[in-house]
Amino acid sequence: MYKIILALRYLLRRRITYFAVLAVALCVFIVVVVMTVMTGLVRDFKQKNHQFVGDCVVGTESLVGFAYYEDFMNMLEGADFIEGVSPVIKNYALLNPMGTERTIGVEIMGIDPVRHSRVSGFGSMLHYRKDDVSKAFVPSYDSNLPGCVIGIDLVLSRDSDGRYYYGAAPIEMGVAVSCFPLTAKGSLAKAGAGLVNTKTFYYSDTSHSGLARVDSSLVYLPFEESQVLCGMSGRDKRASWLHIKFKPNVKLEDGCKQVALLWRKFAEERSGERQAELLSTVVVQSWKDYRRAFIAAMEKEQTMMTVMFALVGLTTVFIVFVVFYMIVSHKSKDIGILKSIGVSNRDIIRLFSGFSFLVGVLGSGVGVICGWVFLLRINQIEDWLYEQFKFQLWDRTIYVIGDIPNQVEFSVLAVIVLSAIVACLAGAFVPSWQAARLEPVETLQVSRL
Amino acid sequence: MLEAEGLYKSYRMGEAEVSVLKGLDLEVNRGEFLAIVGASGSGKSTLLHILGALDRPDKGVVRFEGRELSRMTYGELNRFRNKMVGFVFQFYHLLDELSVLENVFLPAMAGRSTFGWLSCRRWAKRRGMELLSRLGLSDRAEHKPYQLSGGERQRVAIGRALMNEPQLLLADEPTGNLDSATGNAILKIFEELNTAGQTIVMVSHDERIGQKAGRIITLADGRIEQKNTSG
Repeated sequence: MYKIILALRYLLRRRITYFAVLAVALCVFIVVVVMTVMTGLVRDFKQKNHQFVGDCVVGTESLVGFAYYEDFMNMLEGADFIEGVSPVIKNYALLNPMGTERTIGVEIMGIDPVRHSRVSGFGSMLHYRKDDVSKAFVPSYDSNLPGCVIGIDLVLSRDSDGRYYYGAAPIEMGVAVSCFPLTAKGSLAKAGAGLVNTKTFYYSDTSHSGLARVDSSLVYLPFEESQVLCGMSGRDKRASWLHIKFKPNVKLEDGCKQVALLWRKFAEERSGERQAELLSTVVVQSWKDYRRAFIAAMEKEQTMMTVMFALVGLTTVFIVFVVFYMIVSHKSKDIGILKSIGVSNRDIIRLFSGFSFLVGVLGSGVGVICGWVFLLRINQIEDWLYEQFKFQLWDRTIYVIGDIPNQVEFSVLAVIVLSAIVACLAGAFVPSWQAARLEPVETLQVSRL
Repeated sequence: MLEAEGLYKSYRMGEAEVSVLKGLDLEVNRGEFLAIVGASGSGKSTLLHILGALDRPDKGVVRFEGRELSRMTYGELNRFRNKMVGFVFQFYHLLDELSVLENVFLPAMAGRSTFGWLSCRRWAKRRGMELLSRLGLSDRAEHKPYQLSGGERQRVAIGRALMNEPQLLLADEPTGNLDSATGNAILKIFEELNTAGQTIVMVSHDERIGQKAGRIITLADGRIEQKNTSG
């Protein structure tokens, strides 16, 4: 009992303890804020990638694509775990806004908007045709013209708050899209003027996925037109990818495994067909694997951040060690007194461990509460900083984020609090152990004689 | 009650080794008031610490009720310090974070688990208050040690030493830091305790000790030089 009483009194009555509590609180505060923001950014990024892709893809990186996709789509649509399938033509193209000398390289995705919005978040990324996805490629100013949905950063710019200024309707603008069509064998197909297929599409809507790369370089086109542009139409039609969405109760891994099984069976059945060799380049991937190149970079940053904060944790251990070393040095007389009345070494360690535990609990409690309050107001604070000092944590004209993520995860909080307490216990252990080893007579006497 | 045989103790001071006790023999009987006097550096305090198991001799044996202290386990030594002996130090050595009453019943708390303490805390507080009352400090129970005078602090230290009703009270220069009148009052308390049957071993420079102690031994050069019977 005296251990609890003394630990509490040391905590409340020793001013140096407040520094230890403050150090722990500060470390916890920083870790909570940065980890929450970082975790939020990564989670948000993954979610946007998931929305962009759907659950699973079957296809090939080859620009030639693969044949017999319609038959495999029928097979997939017959499976009870599949919610929807959308065929996609993916290729590169040159984009020339009409009336300008500007030509830019873009990625094109040929889709059926209704099918694609069933498997991905395509519909929710539109601005003007959000409520009627079937008209995504129908320009509001002339429904007879072939439309295209352009990545938002290709047509609109952001202000410092990250907002885009949309007009009441899309402006009338035609863009010439030029592709290099390939034969099934991968050679350039002769088409149109020379080797290039060019067709003009009209700006019918924007797509805002929240993914910088996508929004700044992707143009959605109608599926059939893209197929023609890329040389994938004809007798054995080809597509680049099939985007798939699973039914809600299907786990991602299980769904992907089943699709892979179905694909193997399908590929075997078609092994004797004319364009069977194109099937050998086809892979089945979950959305995570399909977007791995982008997600991995973000996760790597998160890992580096975690390592950096492990170093912050080590700093906490060191600060607590120093503070406890000082406290124990000041308390060596108390240790002598306690030992002279029969307190064991183990109880001395327990006393100071209890003390450090209280420092950890109080420090991390203060840090978590301050961090939480700060996170709740982080966007308001950033707005205020911008209004007062024109300071912005992430320049919205460059970074594709809206609000700073501030959704606190309790599991992350629990890990941080536990780590802080463990850091305090670790920092206090050596001084406590040294204190316990002191002979009582060493600390009670000025002169030993 | 307490026997010491052939005690040797030396300390290293820089390069030199200083012998403090050189084959000292001593016996303390139950109910006795033994005073140990001697010049500064004669080894009085070292002897007292060895008798109370706060320090170990380099050689020699200390027996308490026939049991050798050196053969006791750590746990037994802690119980010995907690239950069998009470220490009173020259500089009081009270814990500033605790109140006067808490300092007094600290040995009772230290000797028990949390649950053991919760079941006897009323008794301990009552006994603590009784001791403070006997020592004339009942109105200072909730004060902090730093709010008391030197004499009051020493009386609190005596209260703490008596809390667990130890068989042996060891006092190291208990009046060394007090003025004459306060020192007298403290010595009177020791005298009364001894009259009530408490065994006391006191190390002192104070010449007045001669009038209070039943037996005086003088230490010189690490050995007992002279034995007097007073009273």
